[in-house]
Amino acid sequence: MKILVAIKPVPNPDEKVKIKGDGSGIVLDNIKMVVNPFCEIAVEEALRIREKLTGEVVVVTVGPKEGEQQVRTALAMGADRAVLVEAGTDLDSLAVAKVLAKVVADEKADLVLMGKQAVDDDNNQVGQILAAVLGWPQATFASKIEFAADNRKANVTREVDGGLETIEVALPAVVTTDLRLNEPRYASLPGIMKAKKKELKVVPLASLGVDTAPRVKVLSYAAPKQRAGGGRVADVAELVSKLKSEAKVL
Amino acid sequence: MADILVVVEHQEGVFKKNTLSVVSAAKALAGLTGGEVDALVLGDSVAAVAGVAAGTGVRKVLLGEGAAFGKYLASTYAGAVAQVVKAGAYGAVFAPASTFGKDFMPRLSGLLDAPLASDIVGLEKVGDALRVKRPMYAGNAIGTVELVGGPLLFTVRQTAFDAAAMGGAKAPVEKVAVTAEAWGMAFVSRQETKSERPELTEARMIVSAGRGIKAQENFKLVEELADLLNAAIGASRAAVDAGWAPNDWQVGQTGKIVAPELYIALGISGAIQHLAGMKDSKVIVAINKDEEAPIFQVADYGLVADLFKAVPEMVAEIKKLKSA
Ligand SMILES: Cc1cc2nc3c(=O)[nH]c(=O)nc-3n(C[C@@H](O)[C@H](O)[C@H](O)COP(=O)(O)OP(=O)(O)OC[C@H]3O[C@@H](n4cnc5c(N)ncnc54)[C@H](O)[C@@H]3O)c2cc1C
Ligand SMILES: Cc1cc2nc3c(=O)[nH]c(=O)nc-3n(C[C@H](O)[C@H](O)[C@H](O)COP(=O)(O)OP(=O)(O)OC[C@H]3O[C@@H](n4cnc5c(N)ncnc54)[C@H](O)[C@@H]3O)c2cc1C
Repeated sequence: MKILVAIKPVPNPDEKVKIKGDGSGIVLDNIKMVVNPFCEIAVEEALRIREKLTGEVVVVTVGPKEGEQQVRTALAMGADRAVLVEAGTDLDSLAVAKVLAKVVADEKADLVLMGKQAVDDDNNQVGQILAAVLGWPQATFASKIEFAADNRKANVTREVDGGLETIEVALPAVVTTDLRLNEPRYASLPGIMKAKKKELKVVPLASLGVDTAPRVKVLSYAAPKQRAGGGRVADVAELVSKLKSEAKVL
Repeated sequence: MADILVVVEHQEGVFKKNTLSVVSAAKALAGLTGGEVDALVLGDSVAAVAGVAAGTGVRKVLLGEGAAFGKYLASTYAGAVAQVVKAGAYGAVFAPASTFGKDFMPRLSGLLDAPLASDIVGLEKVGDALRVKRPMYAGNAIGTVELVGGPLLFTVRQTAFDAAAMGGAKAPVEKVAVTAEAWGMAFVSRQETKSERPELTEARMIVSAGRGIKAQENFKLVEELADLLNAAIGASRAAVDAGWAPNDWQVGQTGKIVAPELYIALGISGAIQHLAGMKDSKVIVAINKDEEAPIFQVADYGLVADLFKAVPEMVAEIKKLKSA
């Protein structure tokens, strides 16, 4: 099975981001970029599928050249090769999906795995748009993927409001990952060494002939309202009494 | 401007209240740009849902029925909404930012080549231009976004818009013909988390537990407190990952976004991703044995204590209060 995994570099999610003084962007200096955690889960799932069914795992990212570092991380985990479509950081979800559609077609992938959401922009869009552009089935928020005996179909269990839902998708399909799908492995030292020699094809955006004119423009960023917070109570009696008389919620 | 369409969420015939906030958001847009707000109900024998939607202050309800819409699928729903949008020349489409809206709305964006703003929290006009507000970076930045082209697509953060009133004068319900194409997708099964308690996103109060609760059986404590308050139960990712709580209890950036009147966090450290889902709650109580836990920074009432001691005391105190 040929599996394409779309990954996105994001600022380390455990650091609280700062907004530039003029609101024009996010301060990214001194923040470590990492593979979006949901994309890591997608890479892990692709590797597990390859281990079971054989095949090839191709990693693709769309963005600046610096993304090479996160692509190498995915290669070190065990992906076979990579494609980096070199572009600015200002592509919106529609543009990214159209670019990915082109790569998917060129690669003739049987399955595209990607994160349900990038934890920086939090759009939760690209996988579903890609499925529409390709005319493929989609299964979002996956917590389990099981292939039929002939590998032409898969049952995907999805984390939805209210519980779990299982749908069947015919391949080729786009599947986006949720947190409980798997626990990604760490790249091993030999893995990291091997990754340096794996093929990483850099494709200039312009060579793909995709219309990436912006449809969703982020004009500025502002800090959200801050909560006062920090209030303390000494014991349960004080807590309950304040919830009643001060907060008036009981 | 052209008219505005709200896609109504329901769970196989039961109207979901998150749609009420979506109607408010759609009306906010109508207030800025003109146009009328209509609702669309898709499903199989869902006239009752259309009846509820008709009382929310919309101009009319479009009802697209068929056996193929009996079980929700992103492919059939996105396709049908696209048909209705084209037939009615709608200029904007709204849906809740629930796992329903987040699933089919981007697919609709791909089908119509239309810009989608996810999880919006505000709409405003600057001169003649529409500006959309949406949280990014786990809610640590609010982006101001401009959409180019159309129709404009939005998923709405429920907690950011007041619920439209229900039970108003009944708008007319019109049947619309829609066709379903499954695009290689089929429904297999659904495993509902059973609960007599209020839904997380609708509850007035929430009691949430994290890794500090230590075991599934200790959720008994949480339940006892929740029952006393008629509260919903939530959890941190750590508690869900451990298998102590079902996935749909997860509160946070990548789970449910909630803003109840009272949120009680038990044994939750307050990671960025958790705070993203609950920091707009009106009153926050945190009980944690580590006085340095970041959850205390957003708490109105922080109590440094062992939850296994504090929660039973709380139950006793509240019982006293209720019987007084
Ligand atoms: C400085 C800066 C400026 C920006 N300006 C804009 C702007 O003006 N307008 C705008 O819309 N966006 C802007 N973006 C964000 C844009 O690049 C987003 O990546 C894009 O909108 C997709 O949204 P998302 O990342 O939230 O994707 P989601 O839909 O949340 O991501 C889901 C999944 O899609 C895949 N994916 C997403 N992006 C990529 C990618 N680039 N390559 C490969 N796979 C990917 C991953 O598998 C990911 O897990 C900017 C970003 C930066 C850093
Ligand atoms: C991509 C991604 C997405 C994520 N999405 C989410 C999300 O949506 N929601 C979410 O919640 N998390 C999310 N997380 C995880 C998040 O980063 C934290 O790991 C998680 O919230 C921690 O859960 P916790 O607070 O229960 O556990 P911990 O951080 O381990 O905290 C446990 C707390 O319990 C306290 N405690 C222990 N024993 C007791 C006791 N007896 N009495 C009182 N207090 C006690 C401890 O002092 C500690 O503060 C995400 C992470 C990633 C990478």
